[in-house]
Amino acid sequence: MKALKQTLIDWVEYRTGLESAVKNFLYEEIPASSGWHQVFGSVAVFLFLVQAFTGLLLTFNYAPTPGEAYNSLKYIVTELTGGRLMRGLHHWGASMMIVVVVLHMTQVFLFGAYKKPREATWMLGVMLLLLTLAYGLTGYLLPWDNRAYWGTVVTTQIASQAPLLGPYLTRLLGSEGNIGVVTFARFFALHVLLLPPITAFLIVLHIYLVRKHGVAPLPGDAGITKKFFPEQVFKDTVAIFIAFVILFVLAVAVKVPLERLADPTDTSYIPRPDWYFLFLFQTLKLFRGSAEVVGSILLPTLAVVALLLAPFLDRGTAKRLAKRTVAVGIVGLAAIGWTGLTVTAIVTTPKTSTMAEGEQTIIQDWQELPPEALAGIGYFREEQCSTCHNLTEGGSKVGPALASTAIRRTPAWMIEHFKSPSQLVPGSSMPPIHLSDAQLAALSAFLLKLTPKNSKALESAPPYAVEGAMTYQANQCGTCHTVNGEGMKVGPSLNGLFKRRTKEWVEKQIRNPKSHSPDTIMPSYDLSPREIDQLVSYLFSLPHTKSISIAGIEMQRYLQGQD
Amino acid sequence: MSDEGNKATRRTFLLMVIYGLWSLMGLALALPAAIYLLWPPRPRKEREWVEAGSLAQLQPKTPEELVFRRNRVDGWKISSEKATAWVVKTSDTEVIAFGPQCPHLGCAYHWDPQNQEFLCPCHASTFSIDGRVTAGPAPRPLDRYEVKLEGDKLMLGPVHKSEGPPT
Repeated sequence: MKALKQTLIDWVEYRTGLESAVKNFLYEEIPASSGWHQVFGSVAVFLFLVQAFTGLLLTFNYAPTPGEAYNSLKYIVTELTGGRLMRGLHHWGASMMIVVVVLHMTQVFLFGAYKKPREATWMLGVMLLLLTLAYGLTGYLLPWDNRAYWGTVVTTQIASQAPLLGPYLTRLLGSEGNIGVVTFARFFALHVLLLPPITAFLIVLHIYLVRKHGVAPLPGDAGITKKFFPEQVFKDTVAIFIAFVILFVLAVAVKVPLERLADPTDTSYIPRPDWYFLFLFQTLKLFRGSAEVVGSILLPTLAVVALLLAPFLDRGTAKRLAKRTVAVGIVGLAAIGWTGLTVTAIVTTPKTSTMAEGEQTIIQDWQELPPEALAGIGYFREEQCSTCHNLTEGGSKVGPALASTAIRRTPAWMIEHFKSPSQLVPGSSMPPIHLSDAQLAALSAFLLKLTPKNSKALESAPPYAVEGAMTYQANQCGTCHTVNGEGMKVGPSLNGLFKRRTKEWVEKQIRNPKSHSPDTIMPSYDLSPREIDQLVSYLFSLPHTKSISIAGIEMQRYLQGQD
Repeated sequence: MSDEGNKATRRTFLLMVIYGLWSLMGLALALPAAIYLLWPPRPRKEREWVEAGSLAQLQPKTPEELVFRRNRVDGWKISSEKATAWVVKTSDTEVIAFGPQCPHLGCAYHWDPQNQEFLCPCHASTFSIDGRVTAGPAPRPLDRYEVKLEGDKLMLGPVHKSEGPPT
């Protein structure tokens, strides 16, 4: 057995030189003074590989276009076994990557390991740091939820402020006018096609240079060496393992948020970047007006240049850590500054993100629809009615525009017509719609609410609300509850629910009402996590009371009167 | 213990830790990844019945191709698509509905009224009116839809793979 293994190794070695290459790599002589302080580089490489691996797996079930992206990610985390773990690993891996890369840099900086002849190694490292941040920036948009959308709005606005380059950057990022399909495609391409090969190449180059110059010895190292394997590999492995355990626990235990689908009309959303960009975000607030560019562009650029040039600014001979007071001072100041800015940013963030839904000053038209009509929008979309019909006039389609024709019909006529179109409209080429009577009633309820004025606003009803309303209808919640003035009053009205309860409470109430009050007559509902989520989000998007919504109408009338 | 021996045990210990931890991490990544890729998605709970046509439009013992629309769960999407079924009314209360694909390699077959059999044009498999293979390479009888009659309405459920020998 052993002989066979040796023969196999020899065979491969003779043809490829693989064994001697591996041995050459592992039995590299490193200074005897190397040790635990040098593990961070290996941990960073490991985390990069984990990111590549989990990223690839996510891409296997991900549709890189807005809207679809959100749905497919939701599918990954709710319907695929292990999907939530994969996303968790990728999300927290990104954060850990930043932490480890910064630790790695701090160590090299403190020990002065960037000094001649290792300047190029250091500069490559700075570029890798920038690449790591670029991943964070581009990856942030990919879930296409509100957080992603609004965060990227801010980022692209900052990029557009760059002196001279601003307009070109804007065009390059596809963010002229609005963040949409173009920006999304570019961010996706950068994140998965361009950045990874560049990073891999620079990592290889970086490691090559480390090997070329040898691992930096501590000052006063007598020139004694030891082998890289197994002593240092052991320390690297233990460090990597610790990092991996932390990452795994984070991925399992801490839920990564997937907020509502990106909503460009959501005026209440308060965008925040990921934690590692918060300090930049806070710096921005220190400058006003035309000076803003100082905080957004000038200072960060100066910081990067200073980092790149560190080996040339600090040209003295290597000294013990205890004597590098200036370096220690700089790191200390940077740490204090960073912490201060980040903490300020966190403390000053208003805590309204969950309460804000439904509290918008202007109520959208779809929010005032009774649930039946809103569910009708869902059937309208599911049956792909828009292939043949426009809502308002314009564009040539086979069927008539619905906003102007629907008003003249009764619900009973419509339901009969949907079932067998050619019977009521002779010669009609419309195929029959195969839905239950209740579903057809919902569809006609929607069409009856349709006017040329509100059709656009109704068409833009977000999918979560529509599907939530469909769930509401399918489970006949309206036999006991009132929404927007329709339904029965056995149970409490659901308008303004967001003021009274938390989402968790409502979810629990739907699943198991007896857990809150043992005498309740409300039955429990066994809904899928996705259905519950959409139903609750929908209920929380309802306007508070009728009076507010009338104010909303007044407001809209007023606004319409203006133009 | 001698110094040499000490060194050797230390080395063995280091190697064990290195190999052990890497195997553990490899496993912790590979296992969830395999489950993620191979495990079927959690099924959405509704099992849909679609109305494909009415009993009145069928002649006894005469296969009819019915075209209807049904929703198909396609990953994260539900797409509404056209589907077909070959439907045979065997009695006033019983209907068989065959899936539209030949069980050999998935070609669309059709009813040949002259020879009173289903014929697949790809490899000339033929099937009798009750779906049994009468000639050709087809490995099993025609697949069937779940069927349910609601008054005059013919309701179709999911297609099930047929089992058993071809004839």
